[in-house]
Amino acid sequence: MLRHAGVLLAGLVLIVIANLIALLPAYVLRLAIDAIQAQVSLGTLTRFALLIVTITLVAGVFQFSARYTLNSVSRHVEYEMRNDVFKHFQLLDLEYFQQRKLGDLVARATNDLSAVRQMLGPGVSNLANTVVAVSVTAIAMWRIDHQLTLYTLTVMPLITALFIIVGRGIRRRYRNVQDQFGEVSARAQENFSGIRVVKAYAQERHELAAFNRINQQYVEYSISYARLNSLLWPSMYFVSGLAVAILLWRGGIDVIAGRIQLGQLVQFNAYLAALSWPMIALGWTVNLFQQGSASLSRIQEVRQAQPAIADSSQTRPNAAPTRGEVELRDVSLAYGETLALRDINLHVPAGSSLGIVGPTGAGKSSLVNLLARVYDVTAGQVLIDGVDVRQIPLAELRRKIGYVPQETFLFSVSVEENVGFGVERLSDDEVARALRISQLGNDVAEFPQGVKTMVGERGVTLSGGQKQRSGIARAVAKDPLILVLDDALSSVDTHTEATILRELRQFMRGRSSILIAHRISTVKDLDQIIVLDDGRIVERGTHPELLALGGLYAAMYRRQLLGEELEGDDEDNVAGGDGANGASSGVRAMDGADDAAIQRNMLREE
Amino acid sequence: MAETFFHEDEILGKAYDARLIRRLWGYIRPYHLLFFGALGLALMTVGADLIGPFLTQLAIDRYIAPVKTSLPPEARANGVFGMALLYLLALSLGFCLRYLQNFMLNVLGQKVMYDLRSAMFERLQGLSLAFFDHNPVGRLMTRITNDVDALNDFFTSGAVSLIGDTFTMLGVLIILLVESWQLALVVFVVIPPLLIVTAFFQRAMRDNFRAIRVRLARINANIAENISGTQVVQLFNRERRNFAHFDGLNRDYRTQSLRSLFYFALFSPVVNLFAAVATALIVRVGGGAVLSPAHVLSIGALVAFLQYVERFFLPVRDLAEKYTILQAAMASSERIFRVLDEPVTVDDKPQPEPLGAVRGDVEFRDVWFAYNPGEWVLKGISFHIRPGESVAFVGATGAGKTSLISLISRFYDVQRGEVLVDGKNVKDLAQAELRAHVGAVLQDPFIFSGTIASNIRLHESGISDARVREAARFVNAQSFIERLPNGYDEEVRERGAGLSVGQKQLLAFARAIAFNPEILLILDEATSSVDTETEALIQDALEKLMRGRTSIIIAHRLSTIRNVDRIIVLHKGRIVEEGTHEALLERNGYYKRLYELQYAESLSKGA
Repeated sequence: MLRHAGVLLAGLVLIVIANLIALLPAYVLRLAIDAIQAQVSLGTLTRFALLIVTITLVAGVFQFSARYTLNSVSRHVEYEMRNDVFKHFQLLDLEYFQQRKLGDLVARATNDLSAVRQMLGPGVSNLANTVVAVSVTAIAMWRIDHQLTLYTLTVMPLITALFIIVGRGIRRRYRNVQDQFGEVSARAQENFSGIRVVKAYAQERHELAAFNRINQQYVEYSISYARLNSLLWPSMYFVSGLAVAILLWRGGIDVIAGRIQLGQLVQFNAYLAALSWPMIALGWTVNLFQQGSASLSRIQEVRQAQPAIADSSQTRPNAAPTRGEVELRDVSLAYGETLALRDINLHVPAGSSLGIVGPTGAGKSSLVNLLARVYDVTAGQVLIDGVDVRQIPLAELRRKIGYVPQETFLFSVSVEENVGFGVERLSDDEVARALRISQLGNDVAEFPQGVKTMVGERGVTLSGGQKQRSGIARAVAKDPLILVLDDALSSVDTHTEATILRELRQFMRGRSSILIAHRISTVKDLDQIIVLDDGRIVERGTHPELLALGGLYAAMYRRQLLGEELEGDDEDNVAGGDGANGASSGVRAMDGADDAAIQRNMLREE
Repeated sequence: MAETFFHEDEILGKAYDARLIRRLWGYIRPYHLLFFGALGLALMTVGADLIGPFLTQLAIDRYIAPVKTSLPPEARANGVFGMALLYLLALSLGFCLRYLQNFMLNVLGQKVMYDLRSAMFERLQGLSLAFFDHNPVGRLMTRITNDVDALNDFFTSGAVSLIGDTFTMLGVLIILLVESWQLALVVFVVIPPLLIVTAFFQRAMRDNFRAIRVRLARINANIAENISGTQVVQLFNRERRNFAHFDGLNRDYRTQSLRSLFYFALFSPVVNLFAAVATALIVRVGGGAVLSPAHVLSIGALVAFLQYVERFFLPVRDLAEKYTILQAAMASSERIFRVLDEPVTVDDKPQPEPLGAVRGDVEFRDVWFAYNPGEWVLKGISFHIRPGESVAFVGATGAGKTSLISLISRFYDVQRGEVLVDGKNVKDLAQAELRAHVGAVLQDPFIFSGTIASNIRLHESGISDARVREAARFVNAQSFIERLPNGYDEEVRERGAGLSVGQKQLLAFARAIAFNPEILLILDEATSSVDTETEALIQDALEKLMRGRTSIIIAHRLSTIRNVDRIIVLHKGRIVEEGTHEALLERNGYYKRLYELQYAESLSKGA
């Protein structure tokens, strides 16, 4: 804002100049009227006429410059603030976003910013213009005639009085309208979300009646608001007209008495006319300031949110993992009141592999999320190469970890860009290698523009399996020290999975890797396997050791063999839509997947 | 590719679209008295406004600066005072007319908004679940709230004030012609170039408006994408480059936004210039007429002329703003009408067959069903469930169980075959009547905001308090409800926040019982977060629910499945086995393996 102070000042100066020049046509008009009464020649009138046009032209240049200058500041501020908000979003942690609605956050960066722009642009420029115009014009009027100025300008405070008297009522009624609007929204939202129940119990007509009752109340509040609010605009007209009426009366008498000339009366009248617009616009300006400051505080709320996970004074600038040894010491993690992980102790030597299995909700994803500090531990320590992750610079830490999340989020850019998402530059060979390891190469070859094909709405829609494989390619392309796969092969058919695992084994040589899986086949060849249940490690060992133990792991294994038999080789659900939703298709208890997916979609929208 | 890029929310709209206006008129017509009343008032307001300069003219010519007068100064002062009073009268009249007009427009707008919201809500109630599957709640919300509100602006500050402005301008022109047609014609010279310049600005602003909308939509999408993908952005250290991309979009938007500022800032001085030219013409030509020996024009008329011209140009200045309002309103109404035009795919016949007393007989005859063409979910399903029988459907995920029971309530229509209730095709029945007899306990026990009691009886006032309590007692919900501070009148917040999953489930059971349907469909999902005590209550309640009525259940509990009369096993949209639990286990087929896979755990836990 400060860096725009100079421009703002320039704008103010321009406004003053523009308003000063704008006083002149009325003066010329007065001269013309007086001249006409004095029976001058036509030539003089022509000069006056030309003068009026010329002066207006010059005033116009200044008006334009003043408006453009003042308003442009608001556009630059809007741009800068939007960038700031965006940057700040990038700093905030996952938890922040999980607690808020996407739509609301986007609104702050768009709608609210527009309101701020309106306040800083038209708001400031109108206000400045009104203040300058009123002062300049009042002085000009004063110089013509003191008495007339006092007579006509006495009515102006009426506007202020009106705002104060009616304003409170208007605000109260407006709040009613807004609150009721919230009710209407809430009612509609509830109905749409619960439409299944509404239909199942044939409540449609009743729901409509209930909605209409709220709707009707909203209308009544709105009308009650309008009853008062409709006063403002006509009042402005009335007050500015009142000044003219007073002028006609007092000024007329002055002309008759010979105290002033008719030309001066006309000049006076022209000034009043020129003031009427800034005065009328004042109500609107006040509105802009009210909305703008409300929006500004909503934006400030975002800008003041502190990221829970960031570099701190503890951070050692030079700490950079080089080997990839991972250790968890007495780690606990709580989300609010609920404990997701308890007393986890774990050691993954550099270059070795770890498999994590366990039922849904056991804490598997939470555990791997601690490595790259998606969350920070509640108690205990996570160490990489013997250094607490909180002491490693965040960017450095994340650079070394290749993470494939459960639900692959791809950006609507090209396949190539998605694969090279984590690196500055990726050669064609490196892209090809990542595509080979993730077994995405053949799919991409069939896309209309190969690796240049856009992903998402503007390009190809990827199946669940393709998305997961893109996620793997993206992590591999980063050339990470530690590779983490969070159930990232669930939508890939068993045959492709085997191929990917074979490729990965090659790739993981010399790197540490952690794989979360629902299928035992994914983890059975890893160096170390842990079984999580209810946030605790309940079993650990190698595949043969765990089978011999005859516990949870062994039971899972048996069930899966059975399941595979049952499903035959039809397991690849890649063809059908969003495979990520069927994340644990093999072992999940019976449920209506179609139904569940729909409801999830609905939830996601809110 | 190109089609998908332009989302529904990017509909830009024309400022004037005859087809949309005609449809909107259909909503205004019921209130045509208000509409024409406001219009009449607008006309009268213009009249009251335009009297002012004429009174000024009279005051000047008769009293203030008469060419020759016999009146003494005293009488002249009185005359001026009289004129000023008349002026005040006209002002007051204008004030009242303007207020009334404003208020009536607001009322009209609100009434139309009410009807539109109500019509949309009603249409949405009638649409099949398939529509809701494809349209996120957020989008529907925008239609019924923001889009309707954009239309409100159209009424209050768009359409009629535009008509009022037009009246003002026409009125001024007429008055000028009457006062002095020669001078009027001279002033009219500025009108054609003014029209041309305005048209130029209007086109430039429209294009610019569209460019801005598109850029804002891009910024919106980009922010939404980056927030949704925050985790990926952070884990892949992508902040800087994504910011650079966003900065590009933001910059692009600023460029367009500054361009729009350029037009807006330029427009008003340009209009002022035209006004100045008109003023100059009046001074030169009108002044000449006053000076002419014949005194073609009085000095008062000249002053009045100047004031009229001022009034003529006033509405032109905020034309651009009004234009934007119109454009936004048209875009919104197009989206609203799109919802209203959504075809009702699952609809009642004109003369639906009455269902009468329901026995509870359900039959599927060679039913084929798909959500999307070609992707069959059910492939030739046939079965017959007799009144009072309890049947469980089992099968792996995606076998088609949920779809199957959705068809009994006719949430969707089958593509081939027939679904019969008491021997009548559900397509021939009234949906409301069908669903009054077919109850459903859904997977997600949806709780409405309201009270515990209102969640059980919904809107059926016919369900007495006693019946609500009885239903709750029957399904074991009584004890937890009575522990709540206000019992049955306890307020429940949106989505049942504050209630546990198990409690919500019990409430949903109570709801089903209160409605006492002859046929009950139960979707019983595996819920891991129910404590053992509640779990026992739920199991007991489930058994009681199914007693004495036709029940069709998708169960995850072994206890339930063992208690039903018959089990039908689905696999990939076909029936593969059928029989009692014991018979199926004996057969040693698909069910046996499924049973071992899915119920082994609960078996080992001794459920």
